[in-house]
Amino acid sequence: MTAFDLNSDSVRALNQHLHESPSGKLSVTNPGGRHCIACGINAAVEVSIDGHVGYYCAGMNKNAQITIAGNAGPGVAENIMSGSVRVKGNASQYAGASGQGGTLIIEGDASARCGISMKGVDIVVAGSVGHMSGFMAQKGRLIICGDAGNSLGDSIYEACIYVRGNVGELGADCIEKEMTAEHTENLKDLLASTGIDANAEEFRRYGSARKLYNFNIDHADDY
Amino acid sequence: MCGIVGIYLKNESLNPELGGFLAAMLVEMSDRGPDSAGIALYRDPVPESSCKLTLHASGSYDWGGLRTAMAAHLKADVKLDILASHAVVIASADVAHVQDWLGKEHPELRIMSAGSAIEIYKEKGLPREFVRQFRLHELNGSHALGHTRMATESAVTTEHSHPFSTGMDLCLVHNGSLSNHNRLRQQLRNEGVDVQTDNDSEVAAGYLMWRLREGDSLEEALHRGLRDLDGFYTFAIGTKHGFAVLRDPIACKPAVMAETDDWVAMSSEFRAIAQLPGAGNATIWEPAPATVYTWGH
Repeated sequence: MTAFDLNSDSVRALNQHLHESPSGKLSVTNPGGRHCIACGINAAVEVSIDGHVGYYCAGMNKNAQITIAGNAGPGVAENIMSGSVRVKGNASQYAGASGQGGTLIIEGDASARCGISMKGVDIVVAGSVGHMSGFMAQKGRLIICGDAGNSLGDSIYEACIYVRGNVGELGADCIEKEMTAEHTENLKDLLASTGIDANAEEFRRYGSARKLYNFNIDHADDY
Repeated sequence: MCGIVGIYLKNESLNPELGGFLAAMLVEMSDRGPDSAGIALYRDPVPESSCKLTLHASGSYDWGGLRTAMAAHLKADVKLDILASHAVVIASADVAHVQDWLGKEHPELRIMSAGSAIEIYKEKGLPREFVRQFRLHELNGSHALGHTRMATESAVTTEHSHPFSTGMDLCLVHNGSLSNHNRLRQQLRNEGVDVQTDNDSEVAAGYLMWRLREGDSLEEALHRGLRDLDGFYTFAIGTKHGFAVLRDPIACKPAVMAETDDWVAMSSEFRAIAQLPGAGNATIWEPAPATVYTWGH
């Protein structure tokens, strides 16, 4: 296993190694809240980070399996394309923002704007999320095993939100939708694949009322 | 941008190391604020019959002459310690009396802080230069706040730097920007609050000063601030006995808090807290929006 100690190795050297000669498993120690750790990987490597990371960890990830044994600062797994990112602690704001694919698993809580503008990523949060989560979410699934803060799914497009706990005020154009057997099955598979222990039957589903982003002919005179 | 840090020592035996802790946190926040740096430090409270003020002068200054004149005019014992461009004055006199006298006789001096325990130091330039100039590693204390500034709303000068005094033993540091500061500044001036610069954060400090003067508790003043202060902010407010933290309801500006058996710390980013002993095993959380957090003894 390749090892990087960020008390002596630079984040740039780590990322350069991951871009130029990625292979097998890699461990990172003493992240110390530094920014942009393990960003822009495009290879099926396994990266384990032992400690807390700063902004934009695992951003733009493609194919890699990244585990953070600690908390993550703002923008973890931003624009994730594929692969998986697992945060064993809590994540700060805009976790998984604009993610296009792959899976982001947060074993603790995520704060505000989790999954903002997500475009296909699956985000599973074992704890709760802060306000404005799923804002303008276009595609993908946001699973919240705990509670969701206010303005959940504001201006949401076609992403799907599942919440097990309480939901604050729903955001504009976000509504509760019927949870069919197909949705439950689908959710059960996702929870099982991410190793998050929660009963799929206990979730409620939220999505777009589709009133905000479709042009309404009756409003033509308003413009 | 801007970086803010705060540390409160639960374990008094660490008091001699406070300056060193603060220095490490400040330097780590240099990327967030390379324009200027400042700290508010709480230590060695003076007896009730005395007061402690931090003064700032531009260029070389005859501090010895000031001490003599002050002792003669106020008929008081005056002790004065110089630290770079600042001096801490301890006088056996009423604080309002001292402030009046300084305002009238020495308008060239700026009163950075007043109270019984607080000392405020701030200066233009990189945090590491500030740490060297003000010999931070030698400073002890029970708790402290710090700020590294990246100016967005007003000029880069010592006067525009943080922390801002908000009253006796009180101060404020701010990460963010206020959008209604011009109107508020005018209102505060109408209320007789002395707002000295065009800095938006000073208006937040002045607002708290006004509310506390009107009889609000610190918590009441901060709750009212949520309604009256429009903009983005993470505030840390130093008090004689500890500190408070408040984020605006949108909470775009970052903040992280951590606690061990020895200390409570807050910062814009975890990497500043990572400098503290035992940070690896600290309880860490993000303060919720529009929620007042307070620590103290």
